[in-house]
Amino acid sequence: MSSTFDVVADVIAQTSEIPREKITPESHAIDDLGIDSLDFLDIVFALDKKFGIKIPLEQWTQEVNAGKASVEEYFLLKNLCAHIDDLVAKKNA
Amino acid sequence: MRLEYFQMIDRIVDFDAATGRIHAKAFVPETSPVFEGHFPGYPIMPGVLLIETMAQASGFLILGLNGLSRMPFFAGCKKAKFRRFIEPGAELDVYATLAHDGSGFAVTEAKIEQNGPVCDAELTLRVMDFPAPELVETMRERVRQIGLTPVGDMA
Repeated sequence: MSSTFDVVADVIAQTSEIPREKITPESHAIDDLGIDSLDFLDIVFALDKKFGIKIPLEQWTQEVNAGKASVEEYFLLKNLCAHIDDLVAKKNA
Repeated sequence: MRLEYFQMIDRIVDFDAATGRIHAKAFVPETSPVFEGHFPGYPIMPGVLLIETMAQASGFLILGLNGLSRMPFFAGCKKAKFRRFIEPGAELDVYATLAHDGSGFAVTEAKIEQNGPVCDAELTLRVMDFPAPELVETMRERVRQIGLTPVGDMA
């Protein structure tokens, strides 16, 4: 079974034009991979479908804009994967 | 359709909130400055306006589902295919189905038919708070004009 990171990295590679091998758990979606907000919508759409969840992108964005969370909290891929795991666990609880 | 005002949808035939589907009618005008340029001697609807028509049907679907609480804005179009030309005076059936209700965005699958397939696409719309109070009122008036009753709207 693929890890959450493998699924996320595959989705990013398929949705954007970023080579799969350049995507690591330490990659920052914006700073390192250069994913813009519209591409990120496509990625979130694909991840929502793959995991059967609803990633609270608006809430995350508001938290970052309000200074309540760092950008890395949600857009560093290993952190993004941890949040996805939490959302999946809550869904299955 | 009032092409110059970007009012593409004329009437809602059916809105089903339970399944997230909408069916609308759009009547292509017999004359428009658009047809003078597209194309001289062979007037047909520009593909971008057919996409806009599908986007507006999708927008009304979302407004219907969210009870006019937030405004959808066209953000992306994928897999658009134009299968035949549409001439002035055509009566179009426009359909949109909610494919995904995301956080701050929605994805629809939309199509236009006229006695058969015309075009289809997957559309992404950002869904945001209304940026101006007059826009809420304008949209409320528009949905009334075209016969859409949003969820929770008892007026």
